[in-house]
Amino acid sequence: MSNMNTAMIEKYRNNFLKEVEANVEEGEWVKMCMQCGVCSGSCPLGPYWDHPPQEIFMMIRAGKREEVLSSSSMWMCTSCYNCIARCPRGLPITHIMHGLAHYADRLGLAPKEQPTRKFAKHFWDNLTKKGRVNELKLGLKLYFMNGFGEGIKTAMKMKDVGLGMWKSKRLSIGELWGGHSIKDTKGLHAILNKAREIEEAKAKKFEG
Amino acid sequence: MSEIVASNETILVVGGGISGMTAALEAAECGKQVILLEKTPALGGRVSQLYRYFPKLCHPTCGLEINLRRVKANPNLRVLTMAEVTAVSGDAGNYSVKVRISPRYVNENCTACGECEKAVEAEFDDEFNYGLGKRKGAYLPHKMAFPQRYVIDPAIIGTADADKAKEACKYGAIDLDMQEQEIELTVGAIIWATGWRPYDAARIQPYGYDRIANVITSVEFERMADPYGPTGGKLLRPSDGKEAKDIAFIQCAGSRDRNHLKHCSRICCMASLKQSTYVTEKHGEDGKATIYYIDIRAIDRIDDFYRKVKENPNVSFIKSKVANIVEDKETGNPVLRGVDTEGYHRYENPHDLVVLAVGMEPSVPADAFPVDVEINEEGFIEASPDNGAVFAAGCSSDALDVNRAVQSATASALRAIQVINRAAGTEG
Ligand SMILES: Cc1cc2nc3c(=O)[nH]c(=O)nc-3n(C[C@H](O)[C@H](O)[C@H](O)COP(=O)(O)OP(=O)(O)OC[C@H]3O[C@@H](n4cnc5c(N)ncnc54)[C@H](O)[C@@H]3O)c2cc1C
Ligand code: SF4
Ligand code: SF4
Repeated sequence: MSNMNTAMIEKYRNNFLKEVEANVEEGEWVKMCMQCGVCSGSCPLGPYWDHPPQEIFMMIRAGKREEVLSSSSMWMCTSCYNCIARCPRGLPITHIMHGLAHYADRLGLAPKEQPTRKFAKHFWDNLTKKGRVNELKLGLKLYFMNGFGEGIKTAMKMKDVGLGMWKSKRLSIGELWGGHSIKDTKGLHAILNKAREIEEAKAKKFEG
Repeated sequence: MSEIVASNETILVVGGGISGMTAALEAAECGKQVILLEKTPALGGRVSQLYRYFPKLCHPTCGLEINLRRVKANPNLRVLTMAEVTAVSGDAGNYSVKVRISPRYVNENCTACGECEKAVEAEFDDEFNYGLGKRKGAYLPHKMAFPQRYVIDPAIIGTADADKAKEACKYGAIDLDMQEQEIELTVGAIIWATGWRPYDAARIQPYGYDRIANVITSVEFERMADPYGPTGGKLLRPSDGKEAKDIAFIQCAGSRDRNHLKHCSRICCMASLKQSTYVTEKHGEDGKATIYYIDIRAIDRIDDFYRKVKENPNVSFIKSKVANIVEDKETGNPVLRGVDTEGYHRYENPHDLVVLAVGMEPSVPADAFPVDVEINEEGFIEASPDNGAVFAAGCSSDALDVNRAVQSATASALRAIQVINRAAGTEG
């Protein structure tokens, strides 16, 4: 368990709702949920969630901290925004889901093998290197995410798509060596480093 | 039309629904001069379109009849139908009101014999039945209509149908040259009782009211249940005319929702509880009603009613706001999809017919009031000293059931009377 996690348990004791309100993006909206269920019923991935958003909000209010933060549910969100469009109380549900996922990750409680989480990490590493997504490298990384054998299988299955993308100039073999980039990668890295510094300083406060 | 005499001791009531009629009668029976304006060709408002009404489940015709008898008997009360206020100027105790009266093309000689209706061919959507049926181009708005006088639809004026109607009338009641009139009234106080309208169900996109035949609104369901309604009192599916026995009700359709009406419309929980009794009344053991809800808001004495409905094994409750409805193309059944709040079970439930318990919104949009009054966020008239002697009654002040609408009407009558007494110098 991370230091920050222990610090947070200490700080908020039995009040998980307060903890979420203070630390999770858009967390102050959680108390506004009236448990109507529209978000859960509207989610195209709904059947795959252990706990649909409506239930997550109730669990937060019921103080089920471990269950919520270690859940794979909020990692299921694909940002389709159906729930936000329909929520009668205007909760920014998508943002709260990402906020919860991010918070769980920072505390070291997020499920390690959750594929969306793994993808998000690969995507981030890929994107931040050059400021542009390297489709080829990202694709390969994903295919081989679960081992070499499965990687080959997936690559074979996807070869027509790849070929199509190559023909329509959406994908270049040259990307394997270097790849395209934004003009000022240094500037981008400076911004990201600064952001990381701020985040870490916040976390330090708790770890004391 | 004879001259309408009005002075600053006259009270004007705008809207002839249950609230406007009540306010007008209370004031007139206190000896005040009252003019009651109604936009449509008949008094009664939306209550006259209900099959039964809660909590006693009596037929609204009964209450309406008593009120109409009081209207007819009172010499202080003057009723103008097909009339709308276009402008108001002046202050409390002395208003000048411009009124536009649309031509009815039928005069006082009409005996409501119905010969003109038989003679005319053109048909139009019947507004009394929310478009579920048709009416002729010469019509009586509904069987209890007051005044009991036919109306010629302006759309047939200038056509052969109009001449046929005129020829068929043995009493010389049809006057095809009638023109729109503008009159100006001087009044001391105004009671605003223009009521409500159902929220436009087609705007609730996931429920498919505009796409799925067997998704209807609660106001349409009232008309269906009425033996004098478009289906003769049978609960029929619009898609295939088959009897609907397994009926779902969706609460808060357009209410308590930031995308639609923010307020709770207050009457729709009770309306659906009431309508679930129609299902058992019509089908007995074979009828099944399922109510999908966020929470049931049955207030004070009405809670008894809720408890009684809950005891009926043929009525079930699912705590969930339905997420969306799709149509089963083969059966025409609407399929309701969502997740319930008691256990978070995902469901996909087909029903024969779905009734949307639509919300109430003010019938006059906030930007269309011809009089300067304070309107709240929901579009209802707020009680405010800045309103002068304009007092809201019934559903133009809030979403109310008949009981509360009538209370508010009586209160507004009393306020108007005080203004008139002051104007007449009989007070203080
Ligand atoms: C599905 C459903 C079922 C219901 N069932 C019940 C029930 O069982 N029991 C109960 O107590 N309540 C019930 N209600 C509520 C009930 O319908 C209202 O309380 C009642 O209609 C309020 O009366 P009102 O006179 O304020 O408004 P309205 O009935 O809307 O009357 C307003 C009148 O003003 C007229 N008007 C509108 N605009 C103008 C204008 N600009 N100029 C002149 N005239 C105008 C209209 O034509 C109408 O005649 C139900 C509501 C719904 C939606
Ligand atoms: S749609 Fe909104 S109010 Fe309804 S359960 Fe989801 S978050 Fe809560
Ligand atoms: S009365 Fe019931 S159905 Fe109507 S808006 Fe309020 S809670 Fe919803």
